[in-house]
Amino acid sequence: MKLDQRKYQQLLARKCPRSPLWKDCLKAFLFGGAICTVGEGVSNFWQFRGLDTADAAAATAITMVFFGALLTCLHWYEKLAKHAGAGTIVPITGFANAIVSPAMEFKSEGLVLGLGAKLFVIAGPVLVYGIAASVVYGLILYAMGGGGAA
Amino acid sequence: MNGMEYFNAFWVGGAICAACQVLIDKTKLTPARILVSLVVLGVFLQGIGVYQPVVDYAGAGATVPLLGFGYSLAKGVAKAVAESGLLGVFTGGVTGAAGGIAAAIVFGCLFALLAKPRSKS
Repeated sequence: MKLDQRKYQQLLARKCPRSPLWKDCLKAFLFGGAICTVGEGVSNFWQFRGLDTADAAAATAITMVFFGALLTCLHWYEKLAKHAGAGTIVPITGFANAIVSPAMEFKSEGLVLGLGAKLFVIAGPVLVYGIAASVVYGLILYAMGGGGAA
Repeated sequence: MNGMEYFNAFWVGGAICAACQVLIDKTKLTPARILVSLVVLGVFLQGIGVYQPVVDYAGAGATVPLLGFGYSLAKGVAKAVAESGLLGVFTGGVTGAAGGIAAAIVFGCLFALLAKPRSKS
């Protein structure tokens, strides 16, 4: 097989990606799974303390956000994220990380337009589209009879 | 309280993360876009009735990934529309996810304040 320089580079890039997909996926699976398993434990803790399933889920979200923010503050989450990729981005701890991380970086620009504004660099879009989607879903439910009470 | 529920949470949560890793590696989707997509997808999946069985099966494996945030938005809005009609369309989503939202803001603010500047270690 004859190859010129450019084709060789293309072939090289295709054959030797920086990190193989299966390895990234395995790590994302293991770390992401581990964080969810911790979440299950936290959820059981809250149910043991007397919360029902729905309240325990909310309390678990709050607890996981707390730990995500704490680990980000200590610069530990970024070290974990280097290995875990999506395994640390996708859980709600990653959402907390995405909030704290820009806020602490831009803290020096002031409490209002630095910290306060940068908290929402990623949380903002998530809330905008999440809440918009929930309103669309609500409108559809309402138009369809909304469970009767309307 | 048995080992099975932890196992289910582990493999379902892990599988969601692995699927998103494929998206990150194979497309140009940034983490921010992944997070936004997951929340909207969570609302959609709960809306068509697919996500509740996953939550029942996997517990935190389904609620801890950001899909679960969309799930609680959708669940909140369904409850509120049933209870208070059109008003619920607007109040339900945020009510359903209120704990997570308030925690994210308060702990985000607190820990960003406490954080030491980045050190090269």
